[in-house]
Amino acid sequence: MSAHISSVKLYIAIFLALMVGTALTVAAAFIDMGALNNVVAMGIAAIKATLVVLFFMHVRYSSRLTSMIVGAAVLFLALLFGLTLMDNFTRPADFVDHTLFDTPPASSTAVTGEH
Amino acid sequence: MSTASSAPARNYLNSSYGLWSWLTTKDHKRIGILYAITITVFFAIGGLMATLIRLELATPAGDLLQPDTYNRVFTMHGILMVFFFLVPSIPATLGNFLLPLMLGAKDVAFPKLNLASWYCLVAGGALTLWALIHGGVDTGWTFYTPYSSSYSNTWVNVTGIGVFIAGFSSILTGVNFIATIHRMRAPGMTWFRMPLFVWAHYATALIQVLGTPVIAITLLLLVLERTFHIGIFDPTLGGDPVLFQHLFWFYSHPAVYIMILPSMGVVSEIIAAFTRKRVFGYRFIAFSSLGIAILGFLVWGHHLFVAGISTYSALVFSVLSMLVAVPSAIKVFNWSATLYKASVSWETPMLYALGFIGLFTIGGLTGVMLATLGIDLHVTDTYFVIAHFHYVMVGGAIMGYLGGLHFWWPKITGRMYPVFWSKLAALLVFVGFNLTFFPQFILGYMGMPRRYHAYPPEFQVLNVMSSAGATVLAVGYMLPLIYLAWSMRYGRKAPENPWGAVGLEWETSSPPPPENFVHTPVVTGEAYDYTKKVYAFPTQEAELV
Amino acid sequence: MSSTDHTGDLSAAHAGAAHAALPRLEHHFDSYEQQRETASLGMWLFIGQEMLFFGGLFTAYIIFRHLFPDAFAAASHHLDIRLGSFNTVVLIGSSLTMALAVRAAQLGRQKVCGWFLIATMVLGVTFLGVKAIEYHAKYVENHIPGVTQFHWEENFHGKQIPQNQARIFYGLYFAMTGLHALHMIVGIGILLWLLYWVRRGRFTPDNYNYVEGVGLYWHFVDIIWIFLFPLLYLIGRH
Repeated sequence: MSAHISSVKLYIAIFLALMVGTALTVAAAFIDMGALNNVVAMGIAAIKATLVVLFFMHVRYSSRLTSMIVGAAVLFLALLFGLTLMDNFTRPADFVDHTLFDTPPASSTAVTGEH
Repeated sequence: MSTASSAPARNYLNSSYGLWSWLTTKDHKRIGILYAITITVFFAIGGLMATLIRLELATPAGDLLQPDTYNRVFTMHGILMVFFFLVPSIPATLGNFLLPLMLGAKDVAFPKLNLASWYCLVAGGALTLWALIHGGVDTGWTFYTPYSSSYSNTWVNVTGIGVFIAGFSSILTGVNFIATIHRMRAPGMTWFRMPLFVWAHYATALIQVLGTPVIAITLLLLVLERTFHIGIFDPTLGGDPVLFQHLFWFYSHPAVYIMILPSMGVVSEIIAAFTRKRVFGYRFIAFSSLGIAILGFLVWGHHLFVAGISTYSALVFSVLSMLVAVPSAIKVFNWSATLYKASVSWETPMLYALGFIGLFTIGGLTGVMLATLGIDLHVTDTYFVIAHFHYVMVGGAIMGYLGGLHFWWPKITGRMYPVFWSKLAALLVFVGFNLTFFPQFILGYMGMPRRYHAYPPEFQVLNVMSSAGATVLAVGYMLPLIYLAWSMRYGRKAPENPWGAVGLEWETSSPPPPENFVHTPVVTGEAYDYTKKVYAFPTQEAELV
Repeated sequence: MSSTDHTGDLSAAHAGAAHAALPRLEHHFDSYEQQRETASLGMWLFIGQEMLFFGGLFTAYIIFRHLFPDAFAAASHHLDIRLGSFNTVVLIGSSLTMALAVRAAQLGRQKVCGWFLIATMVLGVTFLGVKAIEYHAKYVENHIPGVTQFHWEENFHGKQIPQNQARIFYGLYFAMTGLHALHMIVGIGILLWLLYWVRRGRFTPDNYNYVEGVGLYWHFVDIIWIFLFPLLYLIGRH
């Protein structure tokens, strides 16, 4: 299997698509969509990342093994996010009263370096 | 490929000489030996710390060490043993040496990277030792915030960076192993013809590559928190110290499987060799390695049950933790089934392998106890936990390491070691280990907390037993150091295959030539086949025809 | 990933004979194809490692943004969206030139490859320069935790934003963009080294692993920025 060589045209098309994506992200940020703002921003970022991975990084033309490695990393990333957030998002609302700690006590800045 | 008795054949040890040829070597076999020497040094220093701990605990009063000193001693014991001995132990030494041999390859995929990873371990270890000499760290090996980030006045940053650098040693080793297993297999070496040792290392490498970076970033954040007070771990700044524990254990729980999985691979090889049988349930053992590697990432929350995580997530983590027992038990059952009605030869490596199965089973089952919320609340931070993880990490990982070292020693050095002394050492290690750590289960259940330099007098009998056991254990660890060193010069010359085992590594001379095999091997059958020959070495002329 | 030949290496004695006619094929590989696929696999594994490395930071980000949504929005308003957008364009542009450099190497056009590498480096340095301007602005405003006395006083949409919550945002901002910038600096260093080899005519259509590997790394750093940009600059802009 020899390596796939993409055309210059394709690379430029992908670049332009990424530019459009960037413009859309910025534009979308100025429209109030409530909680959807996050979804849209991350959705566009994910699409942009996928374009880079598939075309600039040639995963579209690589062996299945490459996709498996990316998949495994994404899976483990999901575990890291998912299980950590499972704890944080299910803690009782009054778990910590952060206003109590708004001004740090003197002791917390006591450590300025080693020794 | 004959082992001539007069002039030694050209091998990887005598192909070039001098310290420089070792420090710049790209030969995976030599790098394995560099690792072995390095981790032995760290093991010795960590062991010295353990000696101080057991000496202090021989009496209830805190009469040997100051409380501050004691804190530093057990912290350095943990850091050196975990990050600088156990994590690199089998993969970096035996794994490095054997993986290409077992796969029929000339070397690992990235020989230079392999050498670089050894330098990472040395550099990280040097930094940590520097910190140790200048006063050490007193946070415990877990570096828990906010103590480590806001209060401790010891060398947390330096040690953290030391562990960070050593982590890259582990990551690069993992990258190398996965690439080697995927791309460097000899013709005919299909996935299900690979030895189980290789499967175990594949699973280990997966954890090394995808787990280690998380502790790297965690320690980096700790250093940033200490240096710039960015606030994420500091509750007085609105941060969340439990987040540190989440990130820390995301790696450090699977890290236990980095230690134990390669041991399991070693045990599978030893049992096959000394029962002259194909391991029962080959595919089950192979896939249970991967199962452990993946499930191992779902369970870290059981370290946080009393840290203040939500009840809901504690429940989920408790259930998930028990799932890991399934693939672990599959392995134990399959080994037992292999031993059933087998004609076992009681060579030294086999003693270690059997010791492993027993100790790992105790360590594993007490792990299930600890995954149970109710019991965990009772025994968290007591000696019960200490005993549990020493049964897994010392009883498991070190038994596997010593077993593997004795199994492949003839291949590595070309020499045999004295049978009597090696069997005596195996016995001492087993007895000494149990005497050291079994009383700690009882102590913990009675409520003796970990990390204190003094304790109430009623705990003394069990503590003295533990300290006595540690003495026996120390002798058991020192004996191999002596007779293995002795054997390198005076031991009987080892033949190609002293145990009559099946495996590509036994098909080449002892010690192997620098390029591993004179002719590229061709594999025609499954691993552990004691009924017919499955490895062929067609000469290059024959290949051309 | 060796760059030297193995003439002084006894271990190559056996294998070297078969490879004498194949320059730059390392002794333990049988073919260029095996060598290239192995190098690519190794690089991808390294990128998987990098994903989890940054993953720890993103976890912290999600948790604190969830805890302090108003503070994150308020603090984000103090980042310059024009400079951020400009840098995004610059970095994606550098990904394009990097991809074209790899393409030139695949075709054996070393001269073209070298020029695209230079373009990539120029864009990379531009990005870092803009980043330096942004960092300087934060320094002047006393928004860098731990460097100057962190100072924050603001009502955001009528809510008092506590100083410590803004501090956490900036702590994460500097950790994330700082680590990203560090990756770029390392990347530019590697590009210089690569340029040296390209100028010496090291690569052939059979053997351009280094160019490909560095390209993968560069694109990965670009992807990190693609996520960092909306997460840090574009919160609550409406």
